Amino acid sequence: MDFNKARPIYQQIIDAYKKALARGDIGPGDRILSQREYAQKIKVNPNTVQRAYREMEMMGMVATIRGQGTFIVPDPEMQQKIKKEMAEQVLTYFIEEMHALGFKDEEICSLLEEKQKSSKEVVADD
Amino acid sequence: MIEFQNVSKRFGTVQALDHIDLTIDEGKIVGLFGPNGAGKSTMMKIMAGVNRADTGTVSIGGQTPRQAKEFVSYLPEIDHFYPWWTLKEAADFLRAFYGDWDQEKYGHLLEFLKLQEDMKLGKISKGQRAKCKILLAVSRNAHYLLMDEPFSGIDILTREEIARTLIQDFADHQQTMIISTHEIGEIEAMVDQVIFLDQGQICLEGEAEELRNEWGLSMVGIMKEVFRHANSR
Repeated sequence: MDFNKARPIYQQIIDAYKKALARGDIGPGDRILSQREYAQKIKVNPNTVQRAYREMEMMGMVATIRGQGTFIVPDPEMQQKIKKEMAEQVLTYFIEEMHALGFKDEEICSLLEEKQKSSKEVVADD
Repeated sequence: MIEFQNVSKRFGTVQALDHIDLTIDEGKIVGLFGPNGAGKSTMMKIMAGVNRADTGTVSIGGQTPRQAKEFVSYLPEIDHFYPWWTLKEAADFLRAFYGDWDQEKYGHLLEFLKLQEDMKLGKISKGQRAKCKILLAVSRNAHYLLMDEPFSGIDILTREEIARTLIQDFADHQQTMIISTHEIGEIEAMVDQVIFLDQGQICLEGEAEELRNEWGLSMVGIMKEVFRHANSR
C-alpha cells in the first residue's frame, strides 16, 4: 500500500480497511492481519498501526479476541453503513467542487449522465 | 527516557551543538533529521558515550551515557570494526562483551540479510558492510538502539528488508530506536517522533502524525519548509 505521507497514516490505514470492506474484499467475521504483521507488511511504525486498530475498535468496526486475533465485526449492516458513508463523502466532495466551479444542480446531473454514457461507449469499444 | 538539558558541544570554531533541550520517551522510534553538518552525529556520539558534552547534561534512563553503555547499542556512521575481521569474529567479540547478545536473533537475521559469517569486513561491498553493521547492532537486545545513517550506501530493496527487520525487532522488544538520516523519505512512515536539527539547534520537534495533521505535508515537505525559513533568518 502506498501512503500519502502528507496525511496522518493511521487515518489512511482505517480508510484502507473501510474501502476493502465496502468493496467486499473482506467481509463480516473475517480475521484481519495482526498489528504486527500489518506493520511489517506496510513498513509502518507498530504504534501507528496500534492507534488505527484501536480507533477501528472504538468505531465498532473490528473486535480483538485474546489469543485469536482481530476480526471484522460480524454485522452485515455495518458493512452497508460504511459503504454508504464512504459514498456520501465522495459525493459531498464532488458536489462541493462542482458548485465551486459554478455549476448548478441540474447541470451537474446532466453532465454526470453524459459522462456515464461516454464512459460506457469507451468500454464497449475496447 | 533520554534527556538533553542545555547541551552544547564545540569542535574548534564549529559550534556542533548549541543549547539542546530534548526529551525522548521510551518505546519510540525517533527520526533525527537534518542536512549534512547539522549536528546529528554529534548528538548520537554523546548519547553513545563516545563524546562528551562541553556543557549541559545528558541522561539515559537516569544514568550518564558512559554508565548506560551496556543498555545502548550504537551503530556509528564510520566503519568501526577491524577490516581484517570476519563477520563471525566481530559477532564473537560483541557476544563476549555484552550480556544482551541474542545468538538466535543473530542467526535468524544472518540468513534473512543473506550474509555469510566468513565474509571479511574490509573486503565486501559497501552495501554488504552496511548490512553487517546493522546485523551486529540489532543482534543485541539493547534497550536503546542508536543508528547513525544506517541506510547510506544500501540499495532500495535492501533498505526495505532492513526497514522490515527493524519494525519486527521493535514490535518484539519495544526498544527505543533513534535513527539519524538525511534521507527522510525512507523512514518517515516508521517514526513516532521527529527531530529536525540545523546548525546545532533543534528547529522543530514533535509527533510525526500530529505534524502531518498540522502542516498537511510529508516529513520531507516539512523539512524543506523548516530549513527554507531557517536559512532566510
